[in-house]
Amino acid sequence: MAFRARHLLGIEHLAPEEIRTVLDLADRYVDLNRRTVKRTDALAGMTQINMFFENSTRTQSSFELAGKRLGADVMNMSMQTSSVKKGETLIDTALTLNAMHPDLLVVRHQNSGAVDLLAQKVNCAVINAGDGKHEHPTQALLDALTIRRAKGRIQRLTVAICGDVAHSRVARSNLILLGKMENRVRLVGPPTLMPAGIGEFGVDVCDDMRAGLEGADVVMMLRLQKERMDGGFIPSEREYFHRYGLDAEKLAYAKPDAIVMHPGPMNRGVEIDGTIADDINRSVIQEQVEMGVAVRMAVMDLLAQNLRAERGRALVEGSYV
Amino acid sequence: MTLFLQNARLIDPEALSETTGNLVIDAGQIAAIGPMSAPAGAEVIDCAGACLAPGIIDWGVKIGEPGERHVESFRSAGMAAAAGGVTTIIARPDTAPAIDTPEVLEFVTRRAADLPVRIRHMAALTKGRAGREMTEIGFLMDAGAVAFTDAEHVTEDAKVLNRAFTYARSLGALVVGHPQEPGLSKGAAVTSGKFASLRGLPGVSPMAERMGLERDLALVEMTGVAWHADQITTARALPALERARKAGLDVTAGISVHHLTLNEFDVGEYRTFFKLTPPLRSEEDRLAMVQAVADGLIDVICSQHTPADEESKRLPFEEAASGAVGLETLLPAALRLYHSGALSLPQLFRALSLNPARRLGLPQGRLAEGAPADLVLFDPEAPFVLDRFALRSKAKNTPFDGARMQGRVRATFVAGRKVYDATEGRA
Repeated sequence: MAFRARHLLGIEHLAPEEIRTVLDLADRYVDLNRRTVKRTDALAGMTQINMFFENSTRTQSSFELAGKRLGADVMNMSMQTSSVKKGETLIDTALTLNAMHPDLLVVRHQNSGAVDLLAQKVNCAVINAGDGKHEHPTQALLDALTIRRAKGRIQRLTVAICGDVAHSRVARSNLILLGKMENRVRLVGPPTLMPAGIGEFGVDVCDDMRAGLEGADVVMMLRLQKERMDGGFIPSEREYFHRYGLDAEKLAYAKPDAIVMHPGPMNRGVEIDGTIADDINRSVIQEQVEMGVAVRMAVMDLLAQNLRAERGRALVEGSYV
Repeated sequence: MTLFLQNARLIDPEALSETTGNLVIDAGQIAAIGPMSAPAGAEVIDCAGACLAPGIIDWGVKIGEPGERHVESFRSAGMAAAAGGVTTIIARPDTAPAIDTPEVLEFVTRRAADLPVRIRHMAALTKGRAGREMTEIGFLMDAGAVAFTDAEHVTEDAKVLNRAFTYARSLGALVVGHPQEPGLSKGAAVTSGKFASLRGLPGVSPMAERMGLERDLALVEMTGVAWHADQITTARALPALERARKAGLDVTAGISVHHLTLNEFDVGEYRTFFKLTPPLRSEEDRLAMVQAVADGLIDVICSQHTPADEESKRLPFEEAASGAVGLETLLPAALRLYHSGALSLPQLFRALSLNPARRLGLPQGRLAEGAPADLVLFDPEAPFVLDRFALRSKAKNTPFDGARMQGRVRATFVAGRKVYDATEGRA
């Protein structure tokens, strides 16, 4: 079995072989998603609950669509308005949901490690849809799929990840995945937005964007949160755009066929120039969204297979009722 | 009542020596030490080569009274202490409300009257530990406070501290500080670095401890107050401490046993029982601290016993409560340093018993004729696997759950009376 995981909590726990398995299956789902009839029954009869403790439109709808196309019953729980506000702890919420026998739980939470904690308390498959500043594994997988389809491979590439690395779970998952697949990663951004101890990660760190983009195959931009713009981490929006915003002039330092990525939502004119984002020859931002649905279908399909196998084994042994 | 403890491995932290011999307890005091035979009528206890050392003085124990009796009461703390070889608890004032008036101090003193072990209280340095106005240091000393501290709360206003230190100095009061730069450490859950970044947890630079220490030492220099750092846990802070000592300032320092035996990577997959204040440090820092204890630059090893209930720990790491219980695990954890060859047993008990007693002006902590017969009898080799639910503390938040440890207390004596006996469970 090439994909063994019970949960998808982070890229950290995946072997390169497992990553390849996800991407291969996702490729097939890309084809399916481009057909008029997009439905399969991989998750037929299964229940998927999306629990988003933090606001999200695109990730949540991507997971919802992925589940529906696989034939699952999908329920969205908006946690901002739920019992959490009434003082219920995360674990109690998890146990309550667990009692409803979901098969897949998709969780986003504002605290690093919260999804790990929750996964210990439930007996379904848990997918981390982003926890604090820790990991966002499906984003890294969809980015890898996008890169592999654009570049024909996901090895021996130079990838520049630019912007607010310190607060970004997307950056963390991506640099772990890219490292596992033997790529060269450069982190580009002001030192105030670089995590401590980053020198020990086996990546190159550049505070000069032009040097950071030099010869890159992939330029991955990160979103800069509005609340970090005013004087706290960087002096101002305009100084940030001047030094770290991706425009044609800076992009010229990358390879001529370098692709530009962004996990969205974009701040045009802050971290990325609008004309770059819209340049169909360079930008793969729309493809990323498309790959997102396919990758999430692949992950849920694989986890469901493992869940069935586990329950099948338990049934044979007589312990599962 | 005379007790004769024979055939013991006697650990003398004053002489930094260990010898095999016998010890006579009479009228609550150590009456004689040496190769002599049992006095007539004495009850004989055969130690069979086990270690006999001055009982541990655990400096900085949080007890949940008043305010949080469900996490630890005086009674449960007393039993845990006796079972852990701790013969004197030095309690912290970070209760709810804080121990910041003579009335509250009298209340806890009364509540703690029937403990199997001794207990002394520290009082708050500022009212409500809020760092604005000093407490009635004089009255609190009269009521029995042995030292003054705001626990982990750092007073940002140096002027307030300057006045409190100056006033404390005039009364000869000992102040205990928590060296930490509050701005840098705000919101931090772990020490910054590769581990914090990998886990996506907010970190504090280890430099924040040195910055806090430097400021506090400058105030000590200005005022001449007697001052003790509750915990020094980073290598970068040590030169400042050494300089202060050489300059003749009346300064001592402690460290929790957790920071001597665990490092930041022990947090692993967000294990909240390893969330401490200050957070666990790098392995380099841990090794430097062990060396500093061996060199005598760090004077005191304590448990920083901080009980927390399951609910406050079963939360995402950032939101979980900080702190660990330690009264019962202090000795076996500290013995890891002996088993690794880093410290001799007399060196260990210098930091566990002798130094805290000296610093607090207590007559305990010595294995000498005439000293109070507060003793711990233990087998340093006995192996066991720690089960947190077997702890006597009400709260079970120990980072050593399931850990293999070596060293068990056989018996604990306070003022010559056996208050714990492993064969009976409790005395």
